[in-house]
Amino acid sequence: MKVTLHVWRQKNTASPGGFVTYPTDGISPEMSFLEMLDVVNERLIAKGEDPIAFDHDCREGICGACGMVINGSPHGPRKQTTACQLHMRSFSDGDEITLEPWRAAAFPVLRDLIVDRTAFDRIIAAGGFVSVPTGSAPDGNAILVPKDDAERSMDAAACIGCGACVAACPNASAMLFVSAKVSHLGLLPQGQAERHGRVLGMVAQMDAEAFGSCTNHGECEAACPKGIKLETIARLNRDYLVAAVGKRPRAAGAGSGSG
Amino acid sequence: MELNANTPGGPLDTKWERFRSEMKLVNPANKRKYTILMVGSGLAGAAGAASLAELGYEVECFCYQDSPRRAHSISAQGGINAAKNYQNDGDSVFRLFYDTVKGGDFRAREANVHRLAELSLAIIDQCVAQGVPFAREYGGVLANRSFGGAQVSRTFYARGQTGQQLLLGAYQALERQIGLGKVRMFARHEMLDLIVVDGRARGIVVRDMVTGLIESRLGDAVALATGGYGNVFYLSTNAKGCNATAIWRAYKRGAAFANPCYTQIHPTCIPVSGEHQSKLTLMSESLRNDGRVWVPKKQGDTRPPGQILEGERDYYLERKYPSFGNLSPRDISSRAAKEACDQGRGVGPGGRGVYLDFADAIKRLGEDAIRERYGNLFEMYERITDENPYKVPMRIYPAAHYTMGGLWVDYNLMSTLPGLHVLGEANFSDHGANRLGASALMQGLADGYFVIPYTIGHYLASNKLDKVGADHPEAKRTRDEVDARIASLLAIKGKRTTTAFHRELGKIMWDDCGMARNEAGLTRALGQIPALREEFWKNVNVMGAGNELNQSLEHAGRVADFLELGELICLDALERRESCGGHFREEYQTEDGEAKRDDADFCHVAAWEYKGPGAKPVRHVEPLVFESVHLATRSYK
Repeated sequence: MKVTLHVWRQKNTASPGGFVTYPTDGISPEMSFLEMLDVVNERLIAKGEDPIAFDHDCREGICGACGMVINGSPHGPRKQTTACQLHMRSFSDGDEITLEPWRAAAFPVLRDLIVDRTAFDRIIAAGGFVSVPTGSAPDGNAILVPKDDAERSMDAAACIGCGACVAACPNASAMLFVSAKVSHLGLLPQGQAERHGRVLGMVAQMDAEAFGSCTNHGECEAACPKGIKLETIARLNRDYLVAAVGKRPRAAGAGSGSG
Repeated sequence: MELNANTPGGPLDTKWERFRSEMKLVNPANKRKYTILMVGSGLAGAAGAASLAELGYEVECFCYQDSPRRAHSISAQGGINAAKNYQNDGDSVFRLFYDTVKGGDFRAREANVHRLAELSLAIIDQCVAQGVPFAREYGGVLANRSFGGAQVSRTFYARGQTGQQLLLGAYQALERQIGLGKVRMFARHEMLDLIVVDGRARGIVVRDMVTGLIESRLGDAVALATGGYGNVFYLSTNAKGCNATAIWRAYKRGAAFANPCYTQIHPTCIPVSGEHQSKLTLMSESLRNDGRVWVPKKQGDTRPPGQILEGERDYYLERKYPSFGNLSPRDISSRAAKEACDQGRGVGPGGRGVYLDFADAIKRLGEDAIRERYGNLFEMYERITDENPYKVPMRIYPAAHYTMGGLWVDYNLMSTLPGLHVLGEANFSDHGANRLGASALMQGLADGYFVIPYTIGHYLASNKLDKVGADHPEAKRTRDEVDARIASLLAIKGKRTTTAFHRELGKIMWDDCGMARNEAGLTRALGQIPALREEFWKNVNVMGAGNELNQSLEHAGRVADFLELGELICLDALERRESCGGHFREEYQTEDGEAKRDDADFCHVAAWEYKGPGAKPVRHVEPLVFESVHLATRSYK
């Protein structure tokens, strides 16, 4: 099959970028979307042109490295499918395909389709954990977790941190990402001790980064390749309210992460 | 070169306890005076970096990905073993130890494997406490499932995303230490060389993959947790970025490389669909709990699977290995699939595939139960193949997956180069010639959480280390060599792309050093690889410059190293004149086609020492002594 690509090319964060058109033929519908880009890049190198830079690694939809806006949709047209798991059979012969990086102030473009998502790591470092130093854990079965809670927690823990939620949001808000972690840990007994400190810390860090506010558009849920639900945002809001209202100065001698 | 395993004395089940009782300790107030460089942020690296920082050491952690959370441990699907015996089905630390030694075809070091089995208990506890959402029973207790090579149910899991959840647990522990300022994280940084000062590993040279800046980072000890080298086959289940550069550079600086020929070909992967194929996708071994593997009895039977009647099917694993059946170990299952396809009974395009059929399990348990167990795997299969595995059997074929070989380490996970420690898949220590399913996660976390925090402290407390700065002549010299290598890659400006060379190398490795090996093929490969390498250095086309984000350059550097490593793998495979585990030499097989070990001549670890460019590496031997298990012919029949 034959497609025409319009790809955002940008040399680095400081340079301006723009679209470049690449008519591309000889594409098999069995190819994954990234394999199609591999083919384009091989041809560019043969012509002595710089290949298109894009993040990718596992190509199994789990590492969260890949991410690009395909025809206006983060990760492309197929529901709950990362760009690496998208196949060319989802397109038709003759299609025009526009490729852009995630667009968000908190995710500066590094090159072409690659953005800097380290803001997500800083949000996790601000509270997205259970403080349990190595060696201090009780027996695994000493902590009983109702099956239903474990399943709901796992639903939220499935987040791959790709950033599609931010790219989809008109405000470039990171609420779905943050709420997924707040829900994953908040739904488990292990996460209760730091539940309030966690939500306050993570939200404060989210605000310190250049993410926008959540105004309940719901675009994030539609774009999420792992099906993280909006109800996690409701849970975050509830936890945040309780934590903020009940906030007390940290007890003398309290360690990091306790609220 | 001396290979001293430094295994503590005493009975097997007391060795680790004895080590911990006798090891030297670093005073809590002195720990912050030591800097440890951890390369890699997967299960072993993240767990190790976080645990060392919790103890009070200054840690610098490096990964090539944009975030430590993306390390390839994340792709592990099925589960993690632990001898908890929660199922009351007769499991014990000894049984897990024994299964692992036997699964590895008696080519692993007893003491290391026993420690691994002991630590498996604490790993599960640690991960549960971190909030890893393991599967649960209705009463709230942890659930288990079965995996290959075991007759007990000891695998803990989080749907088909166990690696992801365990890695997020370790990543979150790591991020906590980053937030506390105890770990300095260098994401998008690739280690390009090791700095050795006075015979000790004291630092690394890294390239900032965004700016291209080359920098030396110095410390008191270096730990490599950089994963395996499966991408030497080009097509593998590894992530695209997985590479051997860190361990290969360390090998060239004096660390011995052990058993490079022990590579694991995983039996259940989605078959290749065409020339464009860039990687292969694993379908978890856990699927073999409920899926039945079969091919048509008749050669060249191209009817759709639904039209092939029960009596016309050959459930070859159940037929050949009745006591383990579909849960036979990986090496055995892979070879059986190859054999069926070689006989012309393979299915799908090109005849390189076998069926993994869930029809019986769906009939017995219902589609919902199967969806609950494997839903995400079934979805992934459908996305890739456009076929619905609830309705038609999956088509699968073996693919390169894991490498048991790696840098040689002693009991303390230290390589032959003092100060250089190696963790997880990057070392050779625990899996012998074949790794059992759900044991890689166990080993990565055991090394990271529970071994390295002790053994690195012992090393630091036992040696007086002068401070070394980036201005040390050795650091400068190593850095200059890295600069020169990058400059020469960029200067070639040849006609072929790096991917073309990588693909060609992969084909040589797969054809002549894959599931079955023989002297003629290995000798052929040993002629072809150096020729390909020579062509690479004359004719590769690397685009762009060194001082920018340049994926072309990153790939070229890694492939240049694979082109050297591939040769060592073939050399090791040639010299090991026996069959064991994943290393199947066609000349050495039993009458019914099973691997035939030669314990008289090859019951040892082969550790290769680099002798300079163009010189043949030297093969050293660490004899394997089995005191607690009886060297038996491995049988799953």
